[in-house]
Amino acid sequence: MNLTLRIWRQSGPEDKGRMVTYQVDDVSPDMSFLEMLDVLNERLILAGEDPVAFDHDCREGICGMCGMMINGQAHGPQRGTTACQLHMRQFSDGDTIDIEPWRARAFPVIKDLVVNRGAFDTIIAAGGYITAPTGSAPEAHSVPVAKANADAAFEAAACIGCGACVAACPNGSGMLFTAAKVTQLSLLPQGQPERYTRVIGMVDAHDEAGFGGCTNAGECTVACPKGIPLNTIGRLNRDYLTATTKAAGKPGS
Amino acid sequence: MAVTGIILVLFLIAHMLGNLKSFAGQTAFDHYAHWLRDIGKPLLPGVWFLWILRGVLTVAVIGHIAAATALAMRARAARPVRYAHRAKVQGSYAARTMRWGGVIILLFVIYHLLDLTTGHLNPVGDPSKPYGNLVADFAPERWYVTLFYTLAILAIGFHLRHGAFSAFRSLGQQTPRGERRARVAALVFAVALCAGYLVVPFAVLTGLVS
Repeated sequence: MNLTLRIWRQSGPEDKGRMVTYQVDDVSPDMSFLEMLDVLNERLILAGEDPVAFDHDCREGICGMCGMMINGQAHGPQRGTTACQLHMRQFSDGDTIDIEPWRARAFPVIKDLVVNRGAFDTIIAAGGYITAPTGSAPEAHSVPVAKANADAAFEAAACIGCGACVAACPNGSGMLFTAAKVTQLSLLPQGQPERYTRVIGMVDAHDEAGFGGCTNAGECTVACPKGIPLNTIGRLNRDYLTATTKAAGKPGS
Repeated sequence: MAVTGIILVLFLIAHMLGNLKSFAGQTAFDHYAHWLRDIGKPLLPGVWFLWILRGVLTVAVIGHIAAATALAMRARAARPVRYAHRAKVQGSYAARTMRWGGVIILLFVIYHLLDLTTGHLNPVGDPSKPYGNLVADFAPERWYVTLFYTLAILAIGFHLRHGAFSAFRSLGQQTPRGERRARVAALVFAVALCAGYLVVPFAVLTGLVS
């Protein structure tokens, strides 16, 4: 297949950036989206041009590094799929594809399609951990966890921190990420000791990082390659309300 | 957002029920309208209750707009560079029209107050004859007024559909099953409220209420 790509090119954080059009021919429908970009980059390198910078690592949809707006959709048109697992068979011969980086104040562009998602690390550092001693895995039955809670916690823990929720959100909010990280701990016994300081700390860090506010628009959960459900934000809200009212001043339950 | 929204929703329900009094005839409707001015008597003198209610509603409206403005400004600041290519709405259409829908509703409320409260834009405009004002307002030859009211009520319906769901969520609704229930409840509520409001102007338009 032959494609026209319009890609955001920005040489560095200070550059203004612009959309540049490239023609890529002989693309196999079995290629992944990133392999198609590799083909373009090899051609650019041979021509002595600067290749398109994009983040990637595992290329099997579990690391959360890759991520770009493809025709205005985070990770492209296929639901529940990262950009690296998106295949060119999702597109048709002759298509024009617009590729842009995540757009958010908290995610400044480093180069081309690469953004700095360090703001997510700041949110995690504000409470997304437990202080219980770890070490080797304990006997699984020693701490009972209700099956429903285990399932919901696991669902939230599937978050790979790719930033698609922020990119897709009309408010540029990172609340689905924050909620997933709060939920995976608040549903488990190990997360209880710091449950309420965690939610306050992480929401404050989220707001300070320059993300927008959540209005429950639901775009994030549609874009999320891991299908983190919108109700995790309700779990965060519930914890936040408890933390600011009856559990005010208490670190956990 | 949620708390001020709930106050306004409670008012909308009471207002709709009051409107439906128009089906009980001119005497009943006028009596109801005059009773509104007398609630609280003799504990509160004159129209005090009504003014207290108006004060609460005004505070709720201002609080609601202030919170919405703060959220909108944060959203603008959070995305300084816009997307060149933006996909169509993936989530909820109602959610994406909350801000401009809210502005439209505010303009409608101002028109509505000038029309049926102060009477400035009403063909009869006599505060002592609310039934007469109502019937004159939605008379068939003033079909454009009915059309405008219909569009405004539908905008309120969309606003409520997302607003009611979002309020549940903000106040801690947290299970997937509860989310499905909240969405259905919000939709049913929005449709019921729209129907309750629209039935009155259409009854006047078709001559059921005259």
